[in-house]
Amino acid sequence: MTTHAHNLPNVASRLKDATGIALVSLLLGVPMIGLKTVDAGGALAIATRWPWLLAFVATMFVGRLVLQFVLDHVKLNKAKRARTRPEIGATRPWLKWIGYGVVGFALVLPIAFSGNRYVVDTATTVLIYVMLGWGLNVVVGLAGLLDLGYVAFYAVGAYTYGLLSTHFGWGFWETLPVAGAAAATFGVILGWPTLRLRGDYLAIVTLGFGEIIRLILVNWTDFSGGPNGIGSIPRPTFFGLPFSPDSDAGPTFASFFHLEYSPEHRVMFLYYLILVLALLTNLFVSRMRKLPVGLAWEAVREDEVACKALGMNVTNVKLSAFAIGAMLGGFAGVFFAARQGFISPESFVFSESATILAIVVLGGMGSQLGVVIASVLLVLLPELGRDFSEYRMLMFGAAMILIMVWRPGGLIAHREPTYRLAKKGAQA
Amino acid sequence: MSEMLLEVDRLTMRFGGLTAIDDLSVAVPKGKITSIIGPNGAGKTTFFNCLTGFYKPTEGSVRMHHPVHGPLLLNEMPSYHVARKAGVVRTFQNIRLFPNMSVLENLIVAQHNALQTASRFSLAGLFGRAGFKQAREAALEKAEMWLTRLKLIELADTAAGNLSYGTQRRIEIARALCVDPLLLCLDEPAAGLNPRESAELNELLLYLSREHGKGVLLIEHDMNVVMRVSDHICVLNFGTKIAEGTPEQVQNDPNVIKAYLGEEDADDKEAA
Ligand SMILES: Nc1ncnc2c1ncn2[C@@H]1O[C@H](COP(=O)(O)OP(=O)(O)O)[C@@H](O)[C@H]1O
Ligand SMILES: [Mg+2]
Repeated sequence: MTTHAHNLPNVASRLKDATGIALVSLLLGVPMIGLKTVDAGGALAIATRWPWLLAFVATMFVGRLVLQFVLDHVKLNKAKRARTRPEIGATRPWLKWIGYGVVGFALVLPIAFSGNRYVVDTATTVLIYVMLGWGLNVVVGLAGLLDLGYVAFYAVGAYTYGLLSTHFGWGFWETLPVAGAAAATFGVILGWPTLRLRGDYLAIVTLGFGEIIRLILVNWTDFSGGPNGIGSIPRPTFFGLPFSPDSDAGPTFASFFHLEYSPEHRVMFLYYLILVLALLTNLFVSRMRKLPVGLAWEAVREDEVACKALGMNVTNVKLSAFAIGAMLGGFAGVFFAARQGFISPESFVFSESATILAIVVLGGMGSQLGVVIASVLLVLLPELGRDFSEYRMLMFGAAMILIMVWRPGGLIAHREPTYRLAKKGAQA
Repeated sequence: MSEMLLEVDRLTMRFGGLTAIDDLSVAVPKGKITSIIGPNGAGKTTFFNCLTGFYKPTEGSVRMHHPVHGPLLLNEMPSYHVARKAGVVRTFQNIRLFPNMSVLENLIVAQHNALQTASRFSLAGLFGRAGFKQAREAALEKAEMWLTRLKLIELADTAAGNLSYGTQRRIEIARALCVDPLLLCLDEPAAGLNPRESAELNELLLYLSREHGKGVLLIEHDMNVVMRVSDHICVLNFGTKIAEGTPEQVQNDPNVIKAYLGEEDADDKEAA
């Protein structure tokens, strides 16, 4: 503490500041707390409560000191971090091993918890958020474009599957590329008008875009079913084998593999399906990050003007980030529709966008593993909090704030450089 | 008279009522160092912004004589085209690096266009095709070459934002060189450098213009740099050219002496 004491405002000025606050509270407190009207035998009399007032003023004084102390330290930490950026030279191979460990755990989870449908279901939800987080990470984490309407692309994917399957009998796998393309198109539609916007302004426009898509879904009843949504969406099949009890229309999953029918088969299948989709997403995004376009996304996040001065077409770079992020959201939407069998605008509200954004920010912008940890936290915390239902949101908020104070760069702020100079070069 | 790279003709830039550049004509030859000097607020940075497409000049034209594409009107191009097609690359007075990226990556981003084409807009890159790998190697080699030349090779894998001011200036120049510019525009590259560093800068500028035949357009306040390396100096004051010529001619020009003495008075007052 003492080493950087010179950076902190001195004690005298802090005491002065707190005394000022105490004086204001005294002024306000005399009429509000110090004096009280009491009913003295029909007539109104004034009673005094000086000890109360004293306690109030003292609390304000101490409270202000503590608050200032905390604020100063937060500021100081921030300044310190700005001075010392993480050294890129150091690699962190263990991060990779943790990643493999997580994948291994994800692979055996339904087997380890077979019979516990709740766990597998919750894990499926976590994986949907992981996939959405990885998709949004392209836009927010890598390209640095604050997108508050990401759920719109999730909705486009879900409704594409909902409509194509119920009206034209399309299957899950055929719809996947079409839904991805549709979502990517919407990504570009959102991207075009917002190209010149940054930060707060971009956030507002994307928020509006998300709401527009939702309102269209609510109001265009002929097209989307309005608030009632779309029901009886066909569930995905195992290469054509449905997960149902015996049916007359050919073999089912259970009959084909000579298993006894169990509703758990579908739950497990859905889990592995989203796991595969999520892993493919991860592979795709990690590869893209290492390609020129991925480095360009990051460069645009760092300094757009410098990119232009180096001859980079920033428009294309941003649009590609919007399109690819949207496409991944669209894929997740298709899965969501197939899993639920029913979709309505209720599922695509702003708070959903906020949750996905929170996952990306909390996880550490651009970090793939961070997104996984944050998704687990954000899905599980509210679940665990069910027992304290009234305090659930409070706990959730407090946890978020604590994590952001403790690690403002997100849980995993480490960035692995795409290019490294070979050892020989460094020594030459 | 050597071959002209850039010809600025009667350039004027107004911001509302303020005329930041007034009817300015300059020519910049290949393989020579041309300096733009003048007091603060004279319009030097604005001039660079007009050359490189960041501002659209109110009047006048900026013509680049490109060996392949022929004459190009820079004042009608978007900024990224100025660098990409016309080969005019600038640095910034307030350094603009990619601070969280390594020094090496900063130089690779500068080669984005070549790499992006080689990766067939990511399709070939996604599957690791040989053509893309070659382009990657070539980009790394070019970066390594400039890093070595600018004595930055030891820092290649460090975050650019961590380094000292002087080093960051050098990185910015190295990064600009990776775009293979025909004309390099440097906005106060010696600001914040110590005497040894600025002597090294002199050497580098001479090397680039003499050995690599690059045109150099230099905005600089440090007279140790300007007077030693410039082939031609153009003096701006309130957006107009008040003198032009070799270092000796400019140093003895009464207009220049007057403008600079006035400036020194102002500086003294500011310091007080
Ligand atoms: N975008 C702008 N809008 C309004 N005025 C500007 C803008 N850019 C520069 N100026 C004005 O133009 C004048 C020249 O500025 P500048 O080119 O930065 O000077 P120098 O680089 O020679 O110190 C200044 O008066 C500045 O305030
Ligand atoms: Mg300037």
